[in-house]
Amino acid sequence: MKKTIALILTIALAAVSCAVFTSCSGYEGEINVYNWGDYIADGSDDNLDTIAKFEEEYNIKVNYTTYETNEELYSILSSSNSQYDVIFPSDYMVEKLIKEDRLQKLNRDNIPNSKNVVEKFKKMSYDPNYEYTVPYSWNVTGLVYNKNMVGDKKPDSWTYLWDKDFRGKILQFNNSRDAYAIAMQLCGVNPETYTKSDIDKATKKLKEQKPLLKKYVMDQVFNEMEKNQSAIAPYYAGDVFTMMDNNEDLVGVLPKEGSNLFVDNMCIPKNAQNVSGAEKFIDFMTRVDVSAANSEYITYASPVKGAREKSYKELRESELVYPSDEYLEKCYTFRDVDKDVYTYMQEQFVKLMS
Amino acid sequence: MKKLYKVYTGLILFFMYMPIIVLIAFSFNDGKTTVWKGFTLRWYVDLFRDARIMSSLWNTLAIAILASVIATVLGTMAAIGINNFRGKKKILVQNVSNISILSPDIVTGVSLMLMFTLAGIAFHFQMGFWTVLMAHITLCAPYVVLSVLPRIRHMDYSTYEAALDLGCNQWQAFRKVVVHELMPGIFTGFLMSFTYSLDDFVITYFTRGSSFQTLSIQIYTMTHQRISPKINALSALMFIAVIILMLIINFRDRKEEKKLGERA
Amino acid sequence: MRLKKPSIPYIAWMVIFTILPIALILYYAFTDDRGAFGFQAFINAFGYTGVFLKSLWIAFISTLICLVLAYPIGYFMSRQKKSVQNVLTMLFMIPMWMNFLLRIYAWMTLLQNDGPIDTMLSLLGIHTTLIGNQGAVILGMVYEYLPFMILPLYTVMSKIDTRLIEAAEDLGCNRLLVMRKVVLPLSIPGIISGVTMVFVPTASTFLVAQYLGGTDDLMIGDVIDKIFWSDHNTGSAIALVLMVAILIFLIILNLFGDEEAIAA
Repeated sequence: MKKTIALILTIALAAVSCAVFTSCSGYEGEINVYNWGDYIADGSDDNLDTIAKFEEEYNIKVNYTTYETNEELYSILSSSNSQYDVIFPSDYMVEKLIKEDRLQKLNRDNIPNSKNVVEKFKKMSYDPNYEYTVPYSWNVTGLVYNKNMVGDKKPDSWTYLWDKDFRGKILQFNNSRDAYAIAMQLCGVNPETYTKSDIDKATKKLKEQKPLLKKYVMDQVFNEMEKNQSAIAPYYAGDVFTMMDNNEDLVGVLPKEGSNLFVDNMCIPKNAQNVSGAEKFIDFMTRVDVSAANSEYITYASPVKGAREKSYKELRESELVYPSDEYLEKCYTFRDVDKDVYTYMQEQFVKLMS
Repeated sequence: MKKLYKVYTGLILFFMYMPIIVLIAFSFNDGKTTVWKGFTLRWYVDLFRDARIMSSLWNTLAIAILASVIATVLGTMAAIGINNFRGKKKILVQNVSNISILSPDIVTGVSLMLMFTLAGIAFHFQMGFWTVLMAHITLCAPYVVLSVLPRIRHMDYSTYEAALDLGCNQWQAFRKVVVHELMPGIFTGFLMSFTYSLDDFVITYFTRGSSFQTLSIQIYTMTHQRISPKINALSALMFIAVIILMLIINFRDRKEEKKLGERA
Repeated sequence: MRLKKPSIPYIAWMVIFTILPIALILYYAFTDDRGAFGFQAFINAFGYTGVFLKSLWIAFISTLICLVLAYPIGYFMSRQKKSVQNVLTMLFMIPMWMNFLLRIYAWMTLLQNDGPIDTMLSLLGIHTTLIGNQGAVILGMVYEYLPFMILPLYTVMSKIDTRLIEAAEDLGCNRLLVMRKVVLPLSIPGIISGVTMVFVPTASTFLVAQYLGGTDDLMIGDVIDKIFWSDHNTGSAIALVLMVAILIFLIILNLFGDEEAIAA
């Protein structure tokens, strides 16, 4: 028994020292980067390990941590004393953070590559003068269906998610913003700005859908669709692109009503410790080859000019990953809504699901 | 009857290990999906190239081992003490100790974050390794109390007194008699602590600060997209390592048992 | 050895790390968005009564199933040689060291239509949906928490002297009677610990239902998790009600246990 305890303690000590020593070995500085989980090229599939490359080129250590939703990011930023140098909020969260004065204006001269992004992303509603953000990746929501499970139909609209013929084989987002946006579109409500009574309308629509649904899903959607468990589902189009790779019977479409254009951005919080390191990091991630590598890994579109052309053929030619400009005309981007409106929506959604 | 027990235990173990077999199988799947696309070892290769997963692994192990060792010591001592309370006081102390497992993780997590933040502003520190460690000790210790306490209830204190009479000092008597008596409870308490610490996501999430990442956080935050099979590969390796470790320990135990048997 | 002192560090620790969270929950639960005192949060929380009761029910059923499944195993383990006991303890715990999400994924693969279990049942002529219902949620809970029932039972039962059982048998008790008159009363502290360790987390757990359940199976832990991000007040109120409900349950359980212990 004593030997066992000694063994365990030795392992603990080894682990602690590994944990401590890896964090202080000859770098000139360090930055704390806070990104979405699994949202950056990691060197698998012969792709570039972009963080390792950055550390090597600039000799700056990256403390890389991850979050899963914008709300998680927000609650850490707003109520803890943790200091981050680079964060990756989405569109509406950027707007909220700017309103609350939590972001720094960027010095474009130190981030020269940030001038090389597609023009459209320099005048987005959440940062109209392109002062606070550098876009990292973007995509839209789309539909995926299994052509063997929908009969003769060719779903091309959100309304197919309410089709009684697919009863018990339909999936819906397990996330209030995305689920409500679809319902709102069908109710004629603008998903960018809405009120509580708009939410009620959409709730009614979602209640009609519920008896037809199999499940509210996030990542389970991959298994459900790839293993022929469900007939039709909404999900992020870039992810649909990868599903089609794993199951030949799947078809991805962009609904004709238009859908949600989302943009994840790199920003520097007000209380950042190492601003120049953060600027270098953002500049590096906006380099054409690096952005292309990240885009290939996460299969969402790159906002950097020239990155699309550098990506592999299937990706750059996919309408799901890079929707046309005409399609994007029909798309909307989430805006920051009042806290009590969002709370109300979240509450209605939870009640719907339970 | 004995055979029946054996078969039954085997069945339950099969139930416990069925998913483990599946998850290990997927570490050999040549694709980031649950559809089988052929055999590969590339996730194992990629795993060792991934510096971030490896550093999360060390962080996770360091926290889990330290937290469970400290929680075990703290919890065992507490159980001995609590057992000596009487009546209402005992029930009160016991339930205060249960409160921290009662409150949902997210609530505990957020309130610990606020507490550490306030303390951090006052004493100039940032959340990180140490705050996570403290949070995990809080998470684990009640489980140790819960597993040691029932064992104490049946404890016979006369053996402890006998040891004192036979010339042991208090510490020796405590170690040789009390700890020995409670060992199964202490051991299961330790295992439970270790388990909870390994898997905890929510509380760690709120108390880790800006530069500390653990495996479970890395995994849970992947669920926006897909969980990388590298994680399956890592789990498979951990699984094999633990099994080997267990076999070694068991081998030793048996030898010792044999020796004791021969002597008797 | 009537010492209470050893429990002081633990009690101090728990007071620091749980009183503050509790205070915070109380504060949020009895205030509104702007910090004004009121009961609005509880009125909102009232809207989730259905989920609340359903969750307690599922927790209760899961705990019961765990107890029934675990009891024979605990007994069997406790009658083994020391080295076998240790191995079995480890064997039941090791699966829990694989990440929770990966195990849930594995269950999804196992249970889905045309998955291994479904295929086998179809061969036997049983056609049914195994996933996306309450049954699957309960299965997930039982799987997740079974070891936390087995270990405390085993810990306590290994304390029962074999000679006591033999004596009862010599005095003409059959196996069932031995179980009822000797083993069961002496194992009550273990049952209490096990029930606490399984019931508390199942009642407040999240994610299991979202992965294995259907559109109606959300549990109160999921609700708290989803609500708390946007509405601390309602989230806290629900958490508070849940904690009080579980605490009452535990107090009753403990009283029952003490009486039994005295009666025995």
